[in-house]
Amino acid sequence: MDLHLSHVSHRYGAVEVLDDIDFTISQGHIVCIIGPSGCGKSTLLRLIGGLEQPSGGVVLQIGEPPPDSRNPLTYIFQDFALLPWRTVRGNVSLVLEDQPLAQSARGAIIDDVLRRTKLSEFGDAYPRQLSGGMKQRVAIARALSVNPACLLMDEPLSALDSQTRELLMDDLVELWSREPFTACYVTHNLGEAVRLGHKVIVLSRRPGRIREVVDIDLPLAGRSVAHRGALESLQDRLWTLLREEALAADQELADA
Amino acid sequence: MPEGRAPARPVGFRGGGFAPRPVGVVGPLVFVILLVFWEIGSRLGWISALVLPAPSAALAALRDLFDSGLLFKHLGASLQRLVLGWCLGTLLGVAVGVAAGLFSLARAGVVPLVSAIFPIPKIALLPLFIIWFGIGEESKVATIFFGVFFPTVIAVYGGIDNVDRGLVRMGQSFGLSWTSIVRKIILPGALPAMLSGFRITASIAIILLVAAEMIAAEFGVGAYILMAGNLMATDQLIAGVAILSVLGLVVGWLIGRAERFLLRWRA
Repeated sequence: MDLHLSHVSHRYGAVEVLDDIDFTISQGHIVCIIGPSGCGKSTLLRLIGGLEQPSGGVVLQIGEPPPDSRNPLTYIFQDFALLPWRTVRGNVSLVLEDQPLAQSARGAIIDDVLRRTKLSEFGDAYPRQLSGGMKQRVAIARALSVNPACLLMDEPLSALDSQTRELLMDDLVELWSREPFTACYVTHNLGEAVRLGHKVIVLSRRPGRIREVVDIDLPLAGRSVAHRGALESLQDRLWTLLREEALAADQELADA
Repeated sequence: MPEGRAPARPVGFRGGGFAPRPVGVVGPLVFVILLVFWEIGSRLGWISALVLPAPSAALAALRDLFDSGLLFKHLGASLQRLVLGWCLGTLLGVAVGVAAGLFSLARAGVVPLVSAIFPIPKIALLPLFIIWFGIGEESKVATIFFGVFFPTVIAVYGGIDNVDRGLVRMGQSFGLSWTSIVRKIILPGALPAMLSGFRITASIAIILLVAAEMIAAEFGVGAYILMAGNLMATDQLIAGVAILSVLGLVVGWLIGRAERFLLRWRA
């Protein structure tokens, strides 16, 4: 299943947030969206997943999601969005409880995703007992449990410290290498974008327009080691593109 | 650092404080000391028995009450009114509060009404309730019911308002049904606010119970206290007040247990 954004625009009242956004998320690819703060990145993600309706244009789903996909468009949130009154298992279980699944099948799915995210030992822990990185791994496990056709990740690593971020990026690459998933990954961190993206979409400041689409034709696994130089120059190029926008966006906020 | 010349001294400590810790024995100790002084003062005649009877006299009055079998008659009558009034008020208050927390129409209809009626001291309405429901149990239960109902509504819809909308959006993004979101996300999220509401409504219920019993009741702790006052039997009066204090403590303890059990996921 591919996702195609066809001339999507969005406005909140008189404020134009997104203008004529048009791109495709192909199956098995990770598309990163970067842009200065307030450019409507998160809004765009909410539009893609159907949590908000665009004022103009349409988000199209091309082809059917795999039949075993229980929630084709699945989010991973910046603030993890875990229920503090449920354990790790309970939090994963939550999103399966409305599905027509036998108790044993549900348990098996939970075991499987916790194993894939290296959380097997922490099934009975409450979120308050977990570090930020662990919390986000629970959120990833929860997302994997519904077999998403496309993951919608809203700055998933931004609430974490830089060391945890590195570790989780490796985890994400490993997960993808074992079983390629489709994802739209919103971030303001250029390093994350060049490490994880097959395609990087650069948005301008508000109203967000596509400034440039950068394809990265490097294998995801081992990219940061084997192609360190290439990634660095790419990151520099993205920064040159973004710098003026970020500066202008910053001034805009100061004036507002 | 220039050696030997500049004098070295430790940086002065200026942090700490502003973090009261629980100290177990102090509370009971204050009680005991106060009671001992009170008893000594009475025995030595510093405090007139009519103005304030000795704790031992109050205890004796309590024992008399127990021996005569009237203690449980009074306590039973009071507890029945309290439990009935509080439970009814809480049940309906939670139902209306949840409705006001979830539906715009219910909120628009309920909130102004609650704001208008909540500040009325419910005991002022007791004569009206007596006309409506008679002089029996119903009017007293109704007073407690109304006293409990309104603050419960406010606590519940306030609690629902404060549930993290990010969690609700998460539920929607995973395609959870409306009932699942309410049952598994909104209600547990509002539970802490509801429980602190219960703490307040339980105290309100006890206050209204005694007030209602003082106006019109044959049995009940409030009636017992009023009777003792009319007879200038201050030892019985103190005994009655002590019963109320214990009642309040027990209710508070029960809610504390409920909190510890239901909110064990909190730090």
